[in-house]
Amino acid sequence: MGSQGGWGQSKEFLDLVKSIGEARSKAEEDRIVLREIETLKRRIAEPDVPRRKMKEYIIRLVYVEMLGHDASFGYIHAVKMTHDDSVFLKRTGYLAVTIFLNEDHDLIILIVNTIQKDLRSDNYLVVCAALTAVCKLINEETIPAVLPQVVELLGHPKEAVRKKAVMALHRFYQRAPTSVSHLLSNFRKKLCDNDPGVMGATLCPLFDLISADASSYKDLVVSFVNILKQVAERRLPKTYDYHQMPAPFIQVKLLKILALLGSGDKQVSGHMYTVLADIFRKCETSSNIGNAVLYEAICCASSIYPNSKILDAAVETTSNFLKSDNHNLKYMGIDALGRLIKISPDIAEEHQLAVIDCLEDAITIDDSSPKVPRVTVDTVEGNESPSMTTKVLSLGKEEEDPDDTLKRKTFELLYKMTKSSNVEVIVDRMIGYMISIIDNHYKTEIASRCVELAEQFAPSNQWFIQTMNKVFEHAGELVNPKLAHNLMRLIAEGFGEDDEGADSQLRSSAVRIPDGFICRNSDQIPSAFMQASFDGSQLHGLSTNVRLRIVHFLVNVICWVLGEYGTADGKYSVSYIIGKLCDVAEAHINDDTVKAYAMTGIMKICAFEIAAGRKVEMLSECQTLIDELSDSHSTDLQQRAYELQALLSLDNRTIENVMPSDASCEDIEVDKNLSFLNFYVQKSIEKGAQPYLPESERSGMSNVDNFKNPYQHENSGQSLRFEAYELPKPPPPTSIPFVSSSSRVTDIIPVSEQVHSREIHQNPPTSGADALALEVKLRLDGVQKKWGRPTYSSVPAASATVSKENGVTHSDEATNANSQTRDFPYNHRRQQVEVSAEKQRLAASLFGSSSKSDKKAPSSHRPARGGHVNSERPPATALLLSEPPKEKTSASVPPPPDLLDFSDPLPSSATSEDPFKQLEGLVDTTIAPLSGNAPTPDIIPLYGGTPSINSATQANIRNASAAASGVVTIKKGPNAQDALEKDAVARQVGVQPTQNNPNLFRDLLG
Amino acid sequence: MGIRFVLLVNKQGQTRLAQYYEYLTLEERRALEGEIVRKCLARTEQQCSFVEHRNYKIVYRRYASLFFLVGVDNDENELAILEFIHLLVETMDRHFANVCELDIMFHLEKAHFMLEEMVMNGCIVETSKTIILTPIQLMDKAS
Repeated sequence: MGSQGGWGQSKEFLDLVKSIGEARSKAEEDRIVLREIETLKRRIAEPDVPRRKMKEYIIRLVYVEMLGHDASFGYIHAVKMTHDDSVFLKRTGYLAVTIFLNEDHDLIILIVNTIQKDLRSDNYLVVCAALTAVCKLINEETIPAVLPQVVELLGHPKEAVRKKAVMALHRFYQRAPTSVSHLLSNFRKKLCDNDPGVMGATLCPLFDLISADASSYKDLVVSFVNILKQVAERRLPKTYDYHQMPAPFIQVKLLKILALLGSGDKQVSGHMYTVLADIFRKCETSSNIGNAVLYEAICCASSIYPNSKILDAAVETTSNFLKSDNHNLKYMGIDALGRLIKISPDIAEEHQLAVIDCLEDAITIDDSSPKVPRVTVDTVEGNESPSMTTKVLSLGKEEEDPDDTLKRKTFELLYKMTKSSNVEVIVDRMIGYMISIIDNHYKTEIASRCVELAEQFAPSNQWFIQTMNKVFEHAGELVNPKLAHNLMRLIAEGFGEDDEGADSQLRSSAVRIPDGFICRNSDQIPSAFMQASFDGSQLHGLSTNVRLRIVHFLVNVICWVLGEYGTADGKYSVSYIIGKLCDVAEAHINDDTVKAYAMTGIMKICAFEIAAGRKVEMLSECQTLIDELSDSHSTDLQQRAYELQALLSLDNRTIENVMPSDASCEDIEVDKNLSFLNFYVQKSIEKGAQPYLPESERSGMSNVDNFKNPYQHENSGQSLRFEAYELPKPPPPTSIPFVSSSSRVTDIIPVSEQVHSREIHQNPPTSGADALALEVKLRLDGVQKKWGRPTYSSVPAASATVSKENGVTHSDEATNANSQTRDFPYNHRRQQVEVSAEKQRLAASLFGSSSKSDKKAPSSHRPARGGHVNSERPPATALLLSEPPKEKTSASVPPPPDLLDFSDPLPSSATSEDPFKQLEGLVDTTIAPLSGNAPTPDIIPLYGGTPSINSATQANIRNASAAASGVVTIKKGPNAQDALEKDAVARQVGVQPTQNNPNLFRDLLG
Repeated sequence: MGIRFVLLVNKQGQTRLAQYYEYLTLEERRALEGEIVRKCLARTEQQCSFVEHRNYKIVYRRYASLFFLVGVDNDENELAILEFIHLLVETMDRHFANVCELDIMFHLEKAHFMLEEMVMNGCIVETSKTIILTPIQLMDKAS
């Protein structure tokens, strides 16, 4: 009750808070705040404002800023308040300053002096206030001004001061590591502080230091382990207990630190196994906080050098998380699983079931492809009984429970789990999900993951092209332009298969697809070819929805494909394709890149034709384009246009050399020695030119006097370097090698000059089709080895059975362990019917069949989870909440300690009526039929704040609300008295729980 | 740095307390708060209490009409943050006795002081309710 004295604030302040509290809309709130700003501007500038009054103004300024308005007119007064003698006012001043100003604000300099003075104060509360401000206000330049004092305070007799001094030093380290580099040993010392609070705080800077450089702190491992052991053994003061867990937040921090220190260090990790095992064994699984510690222990176990016993414990805990009905725990479980499968991929197999659960749980209705749940007890595939299907379908509909967060997390996990055997299902789901996402940020991520997985594991060319197509179609504007280049290259190279036939088939399908894009893009391309023969069915059904957001880079790909392979299968005539390319160029008048691509495409087509001995007759529109580009402002376009013209006049033999057909992946042989220049060099030397000296021999004189062949200098220099570094190796096969190896190709986009020269020579100098093909194979192998046992994909039935058994037994366990009160039928269904369904779905998902059953009935969780959650945590909160425990227990059935569940409809206590809700309903109709006899109306006039004239209805409303709050307080149980008192006090000062926001009075914890 | 901000927002999306551990301009704060609240309000109770938003992960918990939202880095232990929120509420409850939204509004600075004791530089530094409340009680007495 210590706070009640605090009601002694001015009427004005109370009114302000009240009106803000009751504002019904942001607009109304803004109006109030704007009015307040005007008032404050006047008041705050008055001479001789009493200090207390000023403090109140400053809090009002904080309100103004908090609600999103500028209060800079009052900053200076907050700064002044830091000079105040009263600790309370001083700290309020500091608080306001830290909220108002960032550390580079001009006013800060005015405060540094005050801070220095306060750091020397005898009153430790003043010192603490100053140190708190130091953490927020001192920037790199002002650190030296306070650093000596802060260091001195590390030895202050008061632990609260030492703790804050540690944190101030931590802040300096965050701000400017060099400024305190000589003081870092202090953190080590403070770890041994005899006050647990100081020790706990010191873990924060140590965590940062160890993240930056673990190797220098290996010697502390034993200390950390000891501390953790002591904490876990409850050696810390009882006040650090939280819900019966000994100092859980310190445990979490310690585990984080150990994870860093033990990473990849067998010897160091050895120290940790015992304490980790203890934690896994002893840690409470029925409370959130216990699970938080357990989760951190899993993270630690998966980060340090693996130990099979510890890992087993971690896996078991993870599976308990996954089997929980609590989405929070599931989320943690998915995350933990993602960590564990890095160590042993097999774990994922056991938990496929749970993972798929999370996915299904989270499946949203808006998922575009209608899912047909195939859930039957007896059928294995397909021919399900219709009644069952409809039942499940309806279940699915009613009880959809989309949890996007969980879903995202699960997709993250799936991404890590993908291998060639399940890529189709996973990517398919991902794309389905991608389509449903609105948030572009995340959509981009998912899209690029889809592409990455497709590139890595694509089972067939057709599938790959289709997948890419889908991605481009739905998220084309979001994907990285690099992806387009990867696509180009893949089309060019095929998939490293020996079968040329497959490649060419792929290519012609690729040609068809871009055609489709162009066709659908038709209103951007005013084209005579619009009605040209175009077979919609070729478009893989995509032409059904016309899309216009084809992005330029995709057009680039199309141009490239058309140029490279447009005529390859002979389906389309040369003039048709050239015409299309011209259209593209025309449609993108302002985009030089596109025009360049189109031009090069035309050039290739022409070159191939001439090389094949056929005559190319220039279409007039093409000629127009060439003429136009010859005069272009872009030198690149000009050059391309001139080159095309030059090319047309060459004979077919030359052209075949200059622009060979389908040679985009051929190696370009670069004569690094420039031997073809030998003759020229010889002649120059004979004429008296100085012979070339290598750079080393020139020793810095650097007068490259032989101006005539600077290239030779450069090139020989380069070739020297090349030898020194040896040949550039392809990147390690695991890490998305496509992107990296393609980077050279990617240059094409921004630096078109390069492209040009390359293509003239013979197209991109990728490191050779063979090498790349090899790379593809290598990667697949690597992944397969990593993720799947060779037998895996071949015996789906067997492992499905295993996981089914697991599922059953574990879910039983979960039921027993976690939720005594679960009495809903879900479990049974799960055991009898759903398991087989799940098994099937699981098999489907992970072994590549296409069944998409969707039967999870999430809303059966709803009642379930309420009960479940409650039953999960009751002992903890009920015992620990020492303040208002009575009301907790009074809530009869399972005590509702999870405050998350305190929202309006509570299964346990508040099931039926939320009085406020009812009240709101009443008031909304603006008729308050309740006639009350509460004392309020008498009191109110005394305070004159509320006009008592339009009494009738108002009084009624008040009564109604009074009555309502009466109801509430009664519901509060034994503590009703307190609440009642508070209400009464509030009412006395003129604050009514009126219709607008009765919630203001609701106990947060009650 | 762990915790990036702590926000108290009510069901109507009105901010009741805001503490940022990295500097954002007024406009950025306003936009961020609006977006986050909209996201969290749209969620049901059984959905998990974590939401990804931009580069933050939001851990939130609802008490009566008030949402407590904590924005954290990606590698923070979400469950622990969830319990940290509860610890904050318990601490407030101990001080205010049956804390309600109005208590926080009337004693905004005290709510801030508690938070200041618990979180510094975005790290949880103190979790003992007694120690958190000691300076506040002393100041109460002194004034």
